[in-house]
Amino acid sequence: MSATKAPVKKHNGPRESLFSRSGAMLVMAICTFYFLIPIWWLFVAATKDRGDFTSSAPLWFADFNLIDNIVNLANYREGLFFQWMLNSILYAGAGAAVATLFATMMGYALAKYSFRGRETLFNVVLGGVLVPATALALPLFLVFSQVGATNTFWSVFLPSIVSPFGVYLARIYASSSVPDELVEAARIDGSGEVRTFFTVATRLMTPAMVTIFLFQFVTIWNNFFLPLIMLRDEKLFPVTLGLYIWNSQVNQIPEIRAYVIIGALLSIIPLIIAFLSLQRFWRSGLGTGALK
Amino acid sequence: MANRIARAGGALVLVSALALSACSTGAGTDGGTDAADACTPSDGPVTLSFTTWLPGMEDAAAIWNEQNPDIQVEVQTGPNGLGGTYNNFFNQIEAGNAPDLGQIEYDALPNFRVQDGVVNIASCEGVMDAQDEFIDWTWSQVTFGEEDSVYAIPQDTGPEALFYRADLFEAAGIDIPTTWDEYAEAAAQIREEGGYITNFSQSDINAFAGLVWQADGQWFENDGEAWDVTLDSPESLMVADYWQGLLDDDLVATLPAWTDEWNNGYNSGEVWSWVSAVWGANSITSGAPDTAGNWAVAPMPQWNEGDSAAGNWGGSSTAVLKGSEHPYEAAQFALWLNTDPEALASMNATANIYPATKTGGDLPAFSEGLDFFGGQNIYDVFAAAGAEVNPDFTWGPTMTQVYTDVADGFSGAISGSGTLTDALTDGQQKTIDAMKAAAIAVNE
Repeated sequence: MSATKAPVKKHNGPRESLFSRSGAMLVMAICTFYFLIPIWWLFVAATKDRGDFTSSAPLWFADFNLIDNIVNLANYREGLFFQWMLNSILYAGAGAAVATLFATMMGYALAKYSFRGRETLFNVVLGGVLVPATALALPLFLVFSQVGATNTFWSVFLPSIVSPFGVYLARIYASSSVPDELVEAARIDGSGEVRTFFTVATRLMTPAMVTIFLFQFVTIWNNFFLPLIMLRDEKLFPVTLGLYIWNSQVNQIPEIRAYVIIGALLSIIPLIIAFLSLQRFWRSGLGTGALK
Repeated sequence: MANRIARAGGALVLVSALALSACSTGAGTDGGTDAADACTPSDGPVTLSFTTWLPGMEDAAAIWNEQNPDIQVEVQTGPNGLGGTYNNFFNQIEAGNAPDLGQIEYDALPNFRVQDGVVNIASCEGVMDAQDEFIDWTWSQVTFGEEDSVYAIPQDTGPEALFYRADLFEAAGIDIPTTWDEYAEAAAQIREEGGYITNFSQSDINAFAGLVWQADGQWFENDGEAWDVTLDSPESLMVADYWQGLLDDDLVATLPAWTDEWNNGYNSGEVWSWVSAVWGANSITSGAPDTAGNWAVAPMPQWNEGDSAAGNWGGSSTAVLKGSEHPYEAAQFALWLNTDPEALASMNATANIYPATKTGGDLPAFSEGLDFFGGQNIYDVFAAAGAEVNPDFTWGPTMTQVYTDVADGFSGAISGSGTLTDALTDGQQKTIDAMKAAAIAVNE
């Protein structure tokens, strides 16, 4: 312990040269610029009226019409866009919450109980990580058709609540962060398995759960192909599908172009909020898993 | 994004084509006729579902629902056809839960016919009698020249004409070209002024097909047994040669169509004219707002002086999809939707539809001059063009694939590797291969 009291060396490892450091900074700056430009463009474009849109500089403001544009969007088709936003929040929010619960339960079970076929089951789930959601959309459509459940809320919601990657993450995390001794102690104190899971394990696994939630939230939010195949009633659309369909109508009604742009800007706000508010947990979640 | 989906869609369509042709023998020639003698009204009230991508179709359906309490129509929305709705239709038909009615563009209709996805509604009351109400060529698009067959009701058309910057042509002292030769000459003069006469789009293959159509060319023909594929017909190659010449001499711009760059080309006066369909008026009005008042419309340039041939770009129909339990009611709605003046006016108001009926051009919306076009009533020009479109043009059953393959060739020609002619001859072979792979009979 006395070593830590001694004057701490300012740099561990070799000090990077000014050249390599500024080189790295330059690359990072270029990347940042590259990734932020489209968002900047989107923001600027959303503030313009239709005339200024084609005639003014793409990356700088003309007359500032953001509020007007939002009002127009809200008035178009009785605020259909905001219905889509609500739908997306419901699909992604509720879907990710349920998916997180299921994945955590399964990951915990795989980590803490030994039973026959455990590894096989885990490998099957891992295989699920490799199957792209797009490839599953058509079989899912046929299955839902059989039971007459296409074009319903459930046809998009139910497939969203499985997260093979979440199970994987939860298992890794549970085995490293929930000590067997603690589970044993809970059992000796007379706690049932379910109660142990909810009162002890979930507390310890919170960072992993937040991570799973975020991943799944973004996945569902961006899942476009499944709703495209399943849904025909525009009142059920998530915002991605709705904007895509509007974008395909630009030829018929040029005004829609403005709605697509302002809609796209508004549609990324919930994602930004989710990231900023959960970022803390997310980072510590990934970090903890890696260090242990 | 849209392009990738369209390609994936093409693959899916082919797969389903295989599946369908495996389980329904002879689907290519006689599928669908069984419904022709079974078109009778259903008992009791009926609710129909109708999938479309036209904005505001609910308004038209509301008029119908008001007048027909026993036949209610529910409108459902999808992206435009190649953007996913056709794939959905095929999937839904296979799963047995397709909507009763669907919007299908003329160029996609043969695909649905070949895969037995649309109902023959010829025997439904009033359908055959309606023939005279529609522009001739649109009716042959939905019958494929078969006896006693009607597979959809025509909805809208895209007769073509020449949009041009009247102010720039006048200032430069260039006459409005009436033949393609004059168009090429004007192109050279405009290039000297620093502009381009038009933009050649590498992705809108159906626009190019419209030019071939005007030249009396054909890309497909069906003799009832098998398909002839003639992407490399003499007329088609003549049109390709002509545009290749303009490309070689750098007389046309090659901006990617439908982008901001493209809009800006027109808005800034760099590009002076556009041979396009009637709906192109919306595209220009929205894409080039600074040029308001300076545009005008003239008939398309002709291959032979004194002719009045016109091409067509786009247009949709309303079809009754396979599996509908109420073909009679569905056909009645489709007829009403596309002939009733109130319905046509509603679709024009919400989606700028230009109707396929002979009297469609009489809608009040088409009777006034437009400020954007210097007060000219441009719809007179398009109404005249609609009557001059060759009625015999046939689309093939694999148009998604044709568009993709030819567009690949066209982008090669624009970047200097290959020519438009190469694109067509390559497309010809790929089309034949694709049709064979889908078990569609081809004459060679």
